[in-house]
Amino acid sequence: MSPTTKTTFQLPIGPIHPALKEPVAFQFEIDGERIIDVSVKLGHVHRAIEWAATKRNPIQVLYLAERICGICSYCHPMAFSLAVERIANIEVPDHAQYLRVIHGELERICSHTLWAGVAAHEIGFDTVLFLTWEIREKILDLTEYLTGNRITKGITMIGGVRRDITPDRYPHIRETLQYLKDRFEKLRHIFLDDKTFKMRCKDCGILTKEDALRLGAVGPTARASGVKKDVRLDQSYFAYGDLDFDYITPDVLTGEVNGDVYDRIIVRLLEIKQSISLIEQALENMPEGAIVSEPKLAKLLAKLKTANGEGIGRMEAPRGEVFHYVKMNASEQVYSWKVRAPTYSNIMPWIPMLKEQQIADIPIVAASTDPCMSCTNRVLVVENKKTQVLDKEALHQRSIEKTRRMHA
Amino acid sequence: MRFSMLPQVLAQMFKKPFTNTFPAKYAPSSTTKFIENVTTGKAQIHPPIATPENFRGKIQYDKEKCIGCKLCLKVCPSEAIEFKEAEKKIKIYLARCTFCSQCNDICPVSCLSMSNEFLLADTDKYSKDLIVE
Repeated sequence: MSPTTKTTFQLPIGPIHPALKEPVAFQFEIDGERIIDVSVKLGHVHRAIEWAATKRNPIQVLYLAERICGICSYCHPMAFSLAVERIANIEVPDHAQYLRVIHGELERICSHTLWAGVAAHEIGFDTVLFLTWEIREKILDLTEYLTGNRITKGITMIGGVRRDITPDRYPHIRETLQYLKDRFEKLRHIFLDDKTFKMRCKDCGILTKEDALRLGAVGPTARASGVKKDVRLDQSYFAYGDLDFDYITPDVLTGEVNGDVYDRIIVRLLEIKQSISLIEQALENMPEGAIVSEPKLAKLLAKLKTANGEGIGRMEAPRGEVFHYVKMNASEQVYSWKVRAPTYSNIMPWIPMLKEQQIADIPIVAASTDPCMSCTNRVLVVENKKTQVLDKEALHQRSIEKTRRMHA
Repeated sequence: MRFSMLPQVLAQMFKKPFTNTFPAKYAPSSTTKFIENVTTGKAQIHPPIATPENFRGKIQYDKEKCIGCKLCLKVCPSEAIEFKEAEKKIKIYLARCTFCSQCNDICPVSCLSMSNEFLLADTDKYSKDLIVE
């Protein structure tokens, strides 16, 4: 073999893991610990969920949509029903619009606290993981109290919601919100003032505003880079038009936008606070009225049977904009359905984020866009012509070691 | 900052664990033996956390009320309901049920309702406990 001058190595990650929502394959080009280049390959799984929808009527599809993602089990059916409502010209009552806001924001708080715990876990700070999950438990209890279930809520109905929040339930909601507010201070202090987080997250995984716009980042990932993009404000839906809130970018708190992992933490933390305030506002301004436009489901089914046309449903899910396209052709079943989940848009920004980073930073950088992290389950490292397989645990171990090294 | 978690750790030492020790306080060495003891009354099951209001548990079916309109079959997302042509009554396979209670909502005579029963694990998906008719 002739001597080679190539100093970099290829490092494939992914693509398939059973726990993964969106399997993705990475090809890293690495020089020692440093990442020189990344290429991302998508589209490894096909669950035929969209095909299954063409065999079902819109009410059945709601429960199919709910099972696209466990964390976004409210956004997906809701975006689908927004699309169907547009096709069938269904007017949603005001009361239901406010209820929809409450459930949506509850899901956002739940998702962001979960994410905060996972991010802490990725850098080896497991004490914080347990703290955030203790808080999340309270939110799940509230979700169960309001919807009947903890995860797959089953609250969505075309033209409204399925369960009312009566005034006698307000005290319990307010109590939980107060608990969240009390705990929020502690969480904010840990995430924003702690040495470990500052060390690992500042100037790590930077996504510039230009790149965020060019690559079409959505949700907190885009906002952390200073892009003012939020479907709740850009295209007001539900009752968001009546509520007082604004885009959250990291300069609200620090006065500057870096677009690093730390900024993404700031945005998500502030959004938890914003969601608490939105729920409070919604409870205060809630108008009286019906929870659904057509309480007789048989009538609703008959109406949907005559619906003809195409519609889109856009909604700000915790991870960004979720987009549903639905076509119906005056038959019982849905003719066509296309779902674009927010993580899909946030995959491409990984490339500029991961460039010039270290292997130990892959977990936290990838986690900072809030995707499913199981794609790092199998890593092949070729070092000194020796092949070595790093699984998720080993990669996680490297991340913990880096934190310890930096502490020392 | 290094010892800021100390107060919580100390407080935690004197707190009761948050986890409900269901179905037994300590994991039994033999589960089958534990179940035997429970059936003979020697041991007791530690009760689960109470279900919330409007919980969606095992479906209850009032056969007398049912008019055989087949509307529940139309909305069931998992196709867990079978129609018995001869009797004009339904049969629900709980192994397929997603507990969304959509059939309860659409039933014009309210013959379906959700109970609080949720301990439905079984090795046979066609066992008597998992079929409602």
